[in-house]
Amino acid sequence: MRILVCIKQVPDISQVKRMETDPKTGTIVREGLPSIVNPFDEYALEEAVCLKENHGGEVVVLTMGPPQAEDALVHGLSMGADRAVLLSDRAFAGADTLATSYTLAAAVRKMGDFDLILCGQQAIDGDTAQVGPMLAETLHIPQITYANSMEISGKEVTATRELEEGCEVVRCKMPVLVTVVKGINVPRVPTFSGLSDAMEKEIPVWGAGDMGLDPSRIGLQGSPTAVVRVWPPEPRPGGRVLTGEPSELARQLADLLMEKRKDSTFTH
Amino acid sequence: MAIAIDSDKCTGCKLCEAACPFGQIRIVERKPVIGEGCTLCGACHEACAFDAISIDRPAARVPADLDTYRGIFVFAEQHGGKLRPCALELLGEARRLADRLGQETAAVLLGAGVEGLCPVLVAHGADKVYLADDRTLESYRTESHAAILTALVSRYKPSVFLFGATTTGRDLAPRLAARIGTGLTADCTALDIEETSGLLLQTRPAWGGNIMATIKTALHRPQMATVRPKVMRKPDPDPARSGEMIRLPMELNPKGMKVALVERRPFAEQTVPLEEAEIIVSGGRGLQGPENFRLLEELAQVLGAAVGASRAAVDAGWRGHACQVGQTGKTVQPQVYIACGISGAVQHRVGMESSETIVAINKDPDAPIMHIADYALVGDLFKVLPELIKEMKARTAAR
Repeated sequence: MRILVCIKQVPDISQVKRMETDPKTGTIVREGLPSIVNPFDEYALEEAVCLKENHGGEVVVLTMGPPQAEDALVHGLSMGADRAVLLSDRAFAGADTLATSYTLAAAVRKMGDFDLILCGQQAIDGDTAQVGPMLAETLHIPQITYANSMEISGKEVTATRELEEGCEVVRCKMPVLVTVVKGINVPRVPTFSGLSDAMEKEIPVWGAGDMGLDPSRIGLQGSPTAVVRVWPPEPRPGGRVLTGEPSELARQLADLLMEKRKDSTFTH
Repeated sequence: MAIAIDSDKCTGCKLCEAACPFGQIRIVERKPVIGEGCTLCGACHEACAFDAISIDRPAARVPADLDTYRGIFVFAEQHGGKLRPCALELLGEARRLADRLGQETAAVLLGAGVEGLCPVLVAHGADKVYLADDRTLESYRTESHAAILTALVSRYKPSVFLFGATTTGRDLAPRLAARIGTGLTADCTALDIEETSGLLLQTRPAWGGNIMATIKTALHRPQMATVRPKVMRKPDPDPARSGEMIRLPMELNPKGMKVALVERRPFAEQTVPLEEAEIIVSGGRGLQGPENFRLLEELAQVLGAAVGASRAAVDAGWRGHACQVGQTGKTVQPQVYIACGISGAVQHRVGMESSETIVAINKDPDAPIMHIADYALVGDLFKVLPELIKEMKARTAAR
């Protein structure tokens, strides 16, 4: 079985110190924000490596990004992926989800057929959850999104999708693209020897020319959407601090809740 | 490289460095150096007082038939014959946008035995309802829905197509956008029409709410967006409104349906989905153990609320992942969010900071959550919550 995992290197947003804004410009101070593997992608990596351990096969990890995104691939290798490919080219800059999917799809075609493509449900920087389904569509394969468990039997994948009001179990013949949610597993921590093996591996870097890409479909030019304005939101101002006896606090909170109920569409 | 600095004009003033939302500009020897992570967003170009930064955007290739795309379409998501609340919220917003453009609003309804919902959609603002009512559409399937919507778009040419940012909307919209080859903006929290161009302005948070971005799709149609539930206000229905119903042809190729539904398992513990709840009572490490979530459940029952949890509580195994609010969980926007024993790490705050009113109950007045709460109750939740439950029960009974 051949499994591809698509990952993304993201800034560790949890390290943003919200209160630190530049006094002159009002923008958030984000210097030195470390880069990490998108947390959802670690679940995809773990799932792929587990499937390989149980069913045999090969796990390839793929990312698109600047040259330093190689670090994310090394992490994937250290978790047990067999090889990695980095898509990096100035021509990819400014790609939206559609242009990204087109570029990833070209890399997938160059690498040959996969039985299974795994992605995290979304990346924590863009939060779009779009590249998975768009990649599946571009490759003309079916998709299963928001999987919180999956099993493989013969040529079929059975997966449970976690939705708003419950779960649904679906079944599909491979090849298929599956996006996974947090609950699916607990990602392993790479061992020291896993990491040193990973550092030894050659990671090929492919640019636009290596994949025969249509220049009008990559990067900024290939992106139907364009960002026209970016600004930091107003920080939420603090409110009232209430202290006192528990019964007094409860009374004040109940007043507030009754008030909210009065001027809203509470259904209860 | 599509961004260039005119070194004759640049004074090394650092305005661009401060403006870059991605920290990708460094001033080296009084000149800006653009990092590899540049997204060409244009913030520096806007900030530059000397017109020294140019961003080379591709020349406009305006498709000849761009103007033939008209109308604001809304995917009227329903499950089991019940409309998702966001379908009506979106119709209200679509009505507002369509009125500004002088165009029509249409609802797109797919399902089995759902024809009866058409008048509801019309009453909430739809001029037209495109209906596909067929046994094969009983449950949402990516493939069947994407196929029908692709045909709809090519035949009826909407200018704008909106979806709720639900699991269904976020499964379907990208599939459709990629098939059509148009732009899609995820999880918008505000929409508007650009005065000069009539284009849809799609505003959304990114980077865990650290930045807001306005995005547009200038040269592709339809302009597609998913919109976060509960952000738009549901309009009051007007039963006097009239509308037209148009049946969509059902020409599904069964070979195209590769993913089969095996079974459905509703959550036992959750009655209101977190994404749709008006009130959320959420618990964190301060609850000290899974058994104490009973307190939150009891309060939730009195309030008609849903129960959420912080990552700490989920990772400790006290609650299922489906309850988690935050970066690796759900993003919610209720009217009232009551955080009990949650410290309020960034990871949690990004999932709930857009709530209308935040109440925090915490022993520690310096916990980060207390600084963003509208009402920061300093106290022991094990004492405050039982009192609150008692108080709310008494008041509800008195009504």
